[in-house]
Order: sequence, then structure tokens, then C-alpha cells
Amino acid sequence: MSILTPFRQWLFRLRPDEHLPIVLTQRRIFIIPAPSGLLFAAVLCLMLIGAVNYNLSLGHALVFLLAALGIVAMVHTFRNLVALRLTPGRAEPVFAGETARFHLLLENTRRHDRRSLNLAFGEHEKVNLDIPANAQAMIAIPCPAPTRGRLEPGRITLSTRYPLGLFHAWSYPHPRLSCLVFPKPVETPLPPPSAVAHTGHRRGDSGDEDFTGLRLRQPNDSPRHIAWKAVARDIDHRPLLVKQFAGGSAEQLMLNWASTAAEHDLETRLSILAGWVLGAEQQQIRYGLRLPTCDIEPALGAAHRDACLEALALYA
Amino acid sequence: MRKSASRPVTPLSLEKAEIPWLLAVAIATVAPHVSHLPLWLSLLTASVLLWRSGLWRLNARLPSRWLLALVAVTGVAGIGWQFRTLLGRDAGVALLVFFMALKPMEMHTRRDAMVVVMLGFFLLLTHYFYSQSIPTGLWLLASTTLLTATLIRLHGGAQPVRAILRYAGLLLAQAIPFMLIIFLLFPRVSGPLWGLPQDAYSGLTGLSDRMSPGSLDNLIQSGAIAFRVQFSGDLPEKSSLYWRGPVFNDYDGQTWRARPAYLQRTGRAPTIEASGKTYSYVITLEAHNLRWLLPLDLPVSLPDDSALTATLETLAREPVRNRARYAFTSDIDAVANRQESQAMLQQALRLPRALDPQARELAAEWREKFKSPEQISNMALLHFRQEAFFYTLQPPLLGEHAVDDFLFVTRSGFCEHFASAYVFLMRAAGVPARVVAGYQGGEINPVDGYLTVRQSDAHAWAEIWLADRGWVRVDPTAAVAPSRIEQGIEAALPAGDPLPALVRIDADWLRDLRNRWEAANNAWNQWVLGYNPQRQREVLTRLGLKEPDWRNMTAILATLCGLALLMLTVWTLYRRNTATPAQRAWQRLCNRLKGLGIARAGWEGPLAFALRVARERPELGEVTREAAGHFADLHYGSGRPEQLQQLKECIGRLNSLRRNTV
Repeated sequence: MSILTPFRQWLFRLRPDEHLPIVLTQRRIFIIPAPSGLLFAAVLCLMLIGAVNYNLSLGHALVFLLAALGIVAMVHTFRNLVALRLTPGRAEPVFAGETARFHLLLENTRRHDRRSLNLAFGEHEKVNLDIPANAQAMIAIPCPAPTRGRLEPGRITLSTRYPLGLFHAWSYPHPRLSCLVFPKPVETPLPPPSAVAHTGHRRGDSGDEDFTGLRLRQPNDSPRHIAWKAVARDIDHRPLLVKQFAGGSAEQLMLNWASTAAEHDLETRLSILAGWVLGAEQQQIRYGLRLPTCDIEPALGAAHRDACLEALALYA
Repeated sequence: MRKSASRPVTPLSLEKAEIPWLLAVAIATVAPHVSHLPLWLSLLTASVLLWRSGLWRLNARLPSRWLLALVAVTGVAGIGWQFRTLLGRDAGVALLVFFMALKPMEMHTRRDAMVVVMLGFFLLLTHYFYSQSIPTGLWLLASTTLLTATLIRLHGGAQPVRAILRYAGLLLAQAIPFMLIIFLLFPRVSGPLWGLPQDAYSGLTGLSDRMSPGSLDNLIQSGAIAFRVQFSGDLPEKSSLYWRGPVFNDYDGQTWRARPAYLQRTGRAPTIEASGKTYSYVITLEAHNLRWLLPLDLPVSLPDDSALTATLETLAREPVRNRARYAFTSDIDAVANRQESQAMLQQALRLPRALDPQARELAAEWREKFKSPEQISNMALLHFRQEAFFYTLQPPLLGEHAVDDFLFVTRSGFCEHFASAYVFLMRAAGVPARVVAGYQGGEINPVDGYLTVRQSDAHAWAEIWLADRGWVRVDPTAAVAPSRIEQGIEAALPAGDPLPALVRIDADWLRDLRNRWEAANNAWNQWVLGYNPQRQREVLTRLGLKEPDWRNMTAILATLCGLALLMLTVWTLYRRNTATPAQRAWQRLCNRLKGLGIARAGWEGPLAFALRVARERPELGEVTREAAGHFADLHYGSGRPEQLQQLKECIGRLNSLRRNTV
């Protein structure tokens, strides 16, 4: 923390914007010469010295024209950002280790195009877009999501060097953005049958028609259902797997925190549970989730899956 | 709505479509230099650029660094060998041109592209070393637009070429007011800041400090402008327009030489007795790299930084290396040096020994026959007139006895031959005489009223010294070809003699065109090229700035630029009304209703508002409902054009309702 921090706080308004849409007023736009602008200035100084030395009146005129062009370019770089309206959109949840994409609606209400707008979260990857006059554009700004939980990417850096690249103008719109980051799923076979709830039918007889996936072979599985091809593909690393078939069964699976191996750390156990959720969802087995802090009743479907993953993501 | 796939940020490497822009920049900035670069370098530059264009078309890989290094070293060595240096102005320009051609060969990133553009800006300046004419100015404006457009292309991604060029034009158009302010007010420093390289002023033409047969005719062939004169009152007869340049006193049998100024210090200061009638004028002298100014014979008041020598030449303190303005007052009937020093008269009688015996004999004969110098002079002029002498720009070559050959053999020549022979005869006859070179005549440009004097008006005449009248001008050419003095050289020459097309113009429309072009050039020279510290002071004083110095100039410059910037920013921030006609009409209607005591809330849609009006103010309900229906159709649905008219009629009806209720 330096003594400049309060100044920076004031200058760059380092706090979230509460009102939507965010309109970039002149107070929020900053502009400095870009490196090539400094090169341009140096070239102009050299040219001026040459013009003075050789008494080139037209040389003076050229240098002054270029200097004037620099001034005008500054205003136009500023114009490229000013009065732009931003409305944050949704951000789809991602798994840890993936890249979250925050959608943003940019609205150009002016009668000139805005070109080469760069958007990024801090030092992360930039995306670039143009917005024609009186138009809107939707953009997704990437932000890496390394850990599970709620990702708040912070302020956006919206910058441009258009038209001449001599000036760098930027602004820090700071909408309240957040995105759920689910634990990174670890693909492990679904839990052993102890977690399977029987409701009148025997597992395995539930149906023979629709193949839904593979699971670890249990001693009472019929050898007909062993997935020989899958085993042959990767014989050294996989235990025997059996094919599972669905067909109107009322079979249920309780994914229990306690059934993950206790020797793993917390994150790995959550990852295993996330993998199970995905596996169960894919195989269309009704599943529920039991965590020390909460219980989710067995169900199926995307909403249920997301609710389970959210519970995992936010597990303290 | 436009859905934009998030494309990755502008890559560091160049796109293929950006290359032609950069090649165009290289070509546009290099091309005008071809006229003064060595041929081999022009060819090398052109072939390198062609090669690069070919690589671009074929989408081929750029050549290896080794090959490029080889080409670069060869080129630089060639330039060094050609110019014998790498530091002078011309060598420097040649190097820059060569680098500009070579740089696209190793152009991979955006940074390389920026280097090309910046090099291009610098190369634009170097064109002015060679020409600052209006066409150069226009070409450079076009090149600047191209360079600006290239920057836009580099930083703004793909757009139609015309859109890019239009935007570049807009930027430059907005830059021009700033440029004018800075040009007018930027405190000028008179150069040079340091010693200029030797070759800085090569190629300037004008009178030389010596005169041998045939030295003037190169000049006379040239239609280039020597200087322009602006008289503040009326101007003298054309036949008295003698613009006095160097005075040649020393003759070695072939060449007349001007005495260097430092040798003239011994002479007494010249005395000029004015006759009373004077002419004031300002000469805009083209650079000729020598010290002579060319006032009307004889000057009585001189500009600062110039002085009159003992032989009545006007010398500037420094050689005239830039076009400059000089104000003079002259008196064409003034008497000069009625009292002349003995040394000066001795100089004016000196002749090389043992040359031209026939001429000496003739002069001795005249000396016997006539007593007064005037009579001898008149005899010489009569001789030129009566014997068959011809005025021509293509005289035959003269031998060792140049004056004898001219007087008795060839008998054809132009002003320098006549002046030279006349002065020789006078000196041989004991009359102090000398040759004066300069210009004679000039032509009024009806467009701007300036008198234009060309190199083709170069002339040589003579002066003799008479005891009671001082130095008197005698023009032997006038004796042979009076039309040369009265009308100009094109009238004096026989039709077959070659003269540059620009000097000899018969067609009136062509002459008119030339006059207009030259007047434009003159305005350009006076106001753009001649805008130096002195002129800046003049202009600013005339604009009402008392005692302009760099401090108040900078202050005004900053203020005006700030104001212009403010205006530009306001233009940027100003939000034009983008409401549709329907919205405007609806807004007007709502304002009327507000005046009647029922205001629409911000969240209220038109139909809901109409319902509320009908409930609260039944007498207004009907018209509001109708108007709201039209507006809703126009704004949200597919309204028909005539509905806008109906909406406006509702406003009228509302007005009449209001009048009835009040």
C-alpha cells in the first residue's frame, strides 16, 4: 500500500458501479500517449530541428500539420470510448480450471463507428470488437477460473488506440459480475452399490434396451454386461466395467460425502463428487447429494445437476 | 442487435491485407526522390520494392536475414562510394530512401510497420530539401493522407478502403486549423542551427562572380524567376529597369571578374546625389547563394544587413541562401561618385597587355579624333550600330584575341559581348569604364501586379566615368538591338533562335495561364515559404500584437490551441438529437397536456397514459387516445406515414381545445 493509494482510489474510482447501464463519461476515461505516440513525438522533434536548420518553411508546415494530427487523434481516441453504454449480461458457470466468459452488452448510441475496443479483466486475455454506429454488440470477456467458488473478476479494462495508435485511452467500468465455478470434476466410477437404493427392482435388471454408460463391475453383475471392448482399450489401467442399461427404473443413487475416500483432501473429494454428479446425470440415474452441511433430494435434470454442483462449489 | 464473436485481440504480427498499405507508403514517400538520386539507387530501390510486392502476391516467405544483410551492406557501400560520404544531406537522403525500400523486407510485426510509417513521415520532410513548390506541397498532403490512412488501417482492422481514406481526410481536415494557428504563432528561429553540409545549397542558379563569353547565355536560356518586385507607387519605364548586380573590373583577355569585397575596402564610401524622383519597392529575391542584391540602379536606401561597396554593388551580409524580401528606394537619375578615387579610376583603365591589337588601334584612332569621353563613347556606339553587328544567343566561338575576333570577325553576340568589347575600347581610349551585370526589364503579372524578373532577363551593360557626371550607364546592346531593352529578349532575337518555351510565349491564353500560375506561386512564396521570423513579426504586428516576442507568442499559441481543442472536444461530446419525428411530436403533445395539468409519468406508456387522461380529464381523453394510438403504431408497430400527420393534427386539436377551455 503506497501513499498514492487514496489518490488512485479517487482517480480510478476503484469501486463497483451500482447504476446500469454504465455510461462512460469523460470523467471515467483516461488517456496517455502510447509508445508509438512517443516515437511519433520524437520523430516530429527531429523533423522540426531539420526544418529549422534548413529554413524549410514548408517543413515547418508539415511538422505542425503532423503535430495537429496528433492532437486531433487524441480527441478521436477519446471519442472512441466516450458515451459508450455497457450492460453486464450473464456468465455461464464453469468448472475450475476452465475459462469463464462474462457477457457484456455494449451499446453505441453515437453516429460514428467505434472500432478496436479491447476488453479484459486485469492482465488476462483481451478480446477485441468493433461496434458500428447506433448499434449494439454482445461480447464475452474471458477470465480464467482456477478455483471453485464464486468468481468475481473485478473491474474491466476497456481500452483503445484507434484511430492512429498514438494514444492509449482506457476506462475501468466495474459492473458487479460474478460467476459460479464448480469443482473440477474427477472422472471416477460411480459409487459402489451400498449407495444404491433398491425400490423393488434389482439393479441391473432395470432395463436391457438403452445403453447409458459404464460402471464398475460388482460381483453380482451378469458377465453378459461386461464391457469387453472398453476393457480391451485400456487393459492396464481399468478394472472391469459393466454396461448399464436404462429402462424406466426407479433406481436411485445417493452421492454421499462420506463415501468419498477420507484420505483425499477436501478439494479432491468435492471434485470426485462433482464427477459423480456428472456421471449420474449422464447415465440418467436419479441421484441426490449428501454433504455435511446440506442434503439434496434425488432428482434428475440440468437444474438439479446445477443445484448439486452449486452446493459443491459453495461448500465451505 | 449485432452479436459479436469475441475475436482475439489485434495480433502482434501483420495481416496480409496490411502489407499493401505499407508498400504504398514506401512507394509514395520514395518516388519523388527518384529525380535526384543516382540511377542505380533508384533502380535498386524500385526492384527491392517490386520484389517485396511479388512476395506479397505469392504469399511467399520473406528472404533470409543473411541475404538482406548482404543487400544492405552493398547498398550502403554503394551510397558511400557515390557520395564519398554518408553524412551529407544528399547521402543521408539516399540512405533513408534505401532503408525505406529495405524495411518492408523484414517487416513481421506491428512495430516494424510503425517504423515504416515513421520513416515515411521523416522522408516526407526530406522532399523539401529539393522543392517547396505547390505541387510538392499537394503531393505531400496526399502522402500524409495515405500515411494517416495506413495508421488507421493498422489500428482499426479491416474496413473498406474508401472509408479509411475518408476518415483520414476528416482527421487531417480537423488538424488544419491547429496547423494554421501553430504555423502563424510558433516562434520562428532563423536557421541554421549548426553548420550545414557542403552540399546544402548546390543547384542554385543566378549571376556568377565572373563573366566570360557564353557564361550568361545558360542563364538566358532559363525561364526561371530571378526575383519579383512589388512597387509601392508607380514604376519607371521598362527601358530604365536596370537591376544592378556585380560590377566587373578585372579583365584577363577572356574573363571579366568582380573584385572581391574585401579588396574594395580601400575605396572611399560611395556618394550618391539623388535627383528627387524616387521609387520604393520590395524585392523578393530567389536564393542564388551569392551576396549580391539586385536593386534598381541606383539605390538610395538599403535594407538592413546590406551595404553598398565602392563600385556601387549592394551586398548582403550573408550569401542569399533562402528566398528573402528586401525593401529598397531607388533613384534612376541619381549621380554617383562625381568625385572618384584615383585608385578606382586606375582600375577602370587597366587592360591586359599585348592582346587585341586591332581594337587598341581603333581606340587610339578615336582618341586622336575626339577630345571628350562622351564623343568617344558615342563613336563606339555608332560603330556598333553602323557596322553589321548581330544580336544572337548563339554566337560563334572566339579565339585568343576575343575582342578583336568579335569586333572584326564574327560581329555577332549578345549583351556580354557588346559590353565587354565596349568597355575594352573605352579603356583603350583612356576613358574609365567597367562592366555591370544584372537584369534588365521584367514583366508585370496582371494577376497580382508583381513585376517578374527572370533569369532570361539577365543582362550586362557598361559604365563610364565622366568628370562632371560621375559614373554614367551606357548600354551598347541598346545600340544594336533596341528592342531588347524596350520589349525584352524574345523580341530582340531572330525567330529561329532557341529560347525556352516558357520565355517565348505567343499564345495569349498560355501567357495568361502562366501569369495565374506564377501569381499563385508568388502568393505561396510570400505567405508560406517566405514566412520567416521577420515576416512573422510583421504579420503579428499588423494583426495588432504589439512587440511580438516568443513569450506572448507562445501564450497566444497555447490559448488558441486550447480553444480549438475545446471546440473539437465539444463537437465530440455533443449529442445530436436522435429522436424520431414521431417521438418529437408525441413529446410536444405530452408537454401541452402537462401545461393543462396532467403530466405523463416517465414509466407510463402512451396507451396507459391515454386511459388515465380519459379517466381524469374526460374532455381531453378522446384526442389523447387517438394521438397515443398513432404514436404507438408509429413507434412500436408498423405505422403508416400519414399517421404522423394525424398525430400532428391531434396537437392542433389539443391547442384549440385548450383555447376553448381557457
